[in-house]
Amino acid sequence: MVLATTIIVGSLVMILWTITVRGIRSLNWDMVSKVPEGGFYIGKGGGLLNAIIGSVYITMGATLLGLLISIPVVLYINIYARKDSWLATVARFTFDVSFGIPSIVYGAFGFTIMVYFGLRASLLAGIITVTLVIIPILARAMDEVIRRTPGELSDATYSLGATRWETSKVFLRQSLPGIMTAILLSSGRAIGDAASVLFTAGYTDSIPASLGQPAATLPLAIFFQLSSPIQEVQDRAYAAALILTVIVLIISLGSKYFSKKLSKNKI
Amino acid sequence: MSRYRLIKDRISGNLFLVFTHLSILTVVLIGAGLYGKSVPILKQSSFFHLLFSSEWKPFKNQFGFLTYIVGSLIVTGLAIVIALPLSLLTAIFISEYMPRNLKRLLIPFIDLLSGIPPVVYGVWGVLTIVPFIQDKLAPHFVEFSSGYSALAGGVVLAVMIFPLIISILLEVFNTVPQELRDASFSLGANQWETVSHVVLKKSVPGILAATVLAVSRALGETIAVLMVCGNQALMPHSILDPVYPLPALIANNYGDMLSIPMYDSALMLSALILFVIIFLFNGISRIVLYRLERRSYA
Repeated sequence: MVLATTIIVGSLVMILWTITVRGIRSLNWDMVSKVPEGGFYIGKGGGLLNAIIGSVYITMGATLLGLLISIPVVLYINIYARKDSWLATVARFTFDVSFGIPSIVYGAFGFTIMVYFGLRASLLAGIITVTLVIIPILARAMDEVIRRTPGELSDATYSLGATRWETSKVFLRQSLPGIMTAILLSSGRAIGDAASVLFTAGYTDSIPASLGQPAATLPLAIFFQLSSPIQEVQDRAYAAALILTVIVLIISLGSKYFSKKLSKNKI
Repeated sequence: MSRYRLIKDRISGNLFLVFTHLSILTVVLIGAGLYGKSVPILKQSSFFHLLFSSEWKPFKNQFGFLTYIVGSLIVTGLAIVIALPLSLLTAIFISEYMPRNLKRLLIPFIDLLSGIPPVVYGVWGVLTIVPFIQDKLAPHFVEFSSGYSALAGGVVLAVMIFPLIISILLEVFNTVPQELRDASFSLGANQWETVSHVVLKKSVPGILAATVLAVSRALGETIAVLMVCGNQALMPHSILDPVYPLPALIANNYGDMLSIPMYDSALMLSALILFVIIFLFNGISRIVLYRLERRSYA
């Protein structure tokens, strides 16, 4: 048992170690501050700013859109619907199941929709697809938090004559740290997901100026550059992997921080 | 004033209800959309012929998924065979043996790693697992292996699903009431007897559910597998041969398949197959986990 634990913890530490060591060797300031220059893909100058910005755009857009859809759903199944509502059960079950559906399926579906509406691979299409991927994560995480809020809170607001809408606002404010945790959780997934943006967001060397333009993303930058036969380009993939890992780790540490804050205020 | 408030309440209620229905409908839409796209190929040849034929010649209109399905099964099987025993032992160790302060250190660490994107696991696989197989392992068994193989895919996937399985198992073990353990100890059982006769026995459905969830995660994983599996559409003879799993097939061919209509349809069918299998797997295991959860509250 100790051996198994050591193997698992060891292999996980080894991943961080390998990525850090290989990444630092090829990391430099140009990587995070410049877009690719001419001949970038045969080892000439430039950086990955296009992919970093593209990933940030997609993540922020998808998170915003995802919140717009999932907050009403979560409020509905927790506050508006009756306690024994079958709709709430079905919704929770759907989110749990669609949480497990691989992002390549979302990607293929997103691409079908794109073709149907005559859209090209673009920032907008990428955002929409990633939104589909993260809605289950957002909804379930927020649902857990609001469900844990004590029932006395709603008893109190209703007895003061508040409507369900006003009660919702009270609940939202009460679970703000939990919502932050949900946002960070889902953006961690959104920024690292490659398969869903592969066909939908496209890839480009410039920073997208509008929703209709294609956007590069960090995971795809890693993926494409790693398959290059040229050593300098491969090195950039390692550096990009380190950048992505650091971003994701910061995001998840942030979410740990907020969930700790949440449990501190627990009534 | 108060009427205004009531109207606001009614409007928000209806609006939210619509959103809830829409979000549930999305899953149905995904299934229907993929099915609609795969109808042309299903009309052309029978479903079972597509599944069990290994002829993949898009230009001659022949689409047999067998090589890809076998590839997916081998990689997923390897990942589960590696990951399940190790994760099970680790979860038992963490849950039943480890002192509390160590637990508090280790669990967040494992959680943290579950957030690392698949593409990073893929990079790690290319950097360490692939060369290891090529230089150290493969020469003992076969004449040549590039290292990009089913085994590499299995190992990378196994490491990827460690955190998933462990965190579900820890929750499952948590639902076993402490009183049962206490009762077992008071009858003179030692720690291991308690674990094997009480905790594990009570957790069998949960362990199965965790396994099924892990299988569906491994089946659908795309990028990490794509990076280390070699992607050659040949029937593999050993786990040191390259394989070409289904998600990798979709990912690699999506860009240039639009010119051949049947190709498009064939790839959509493979996405549909993945969707249906994983939907069923997830659904069943979630139901099992819900039951467990309810038991622990009751």
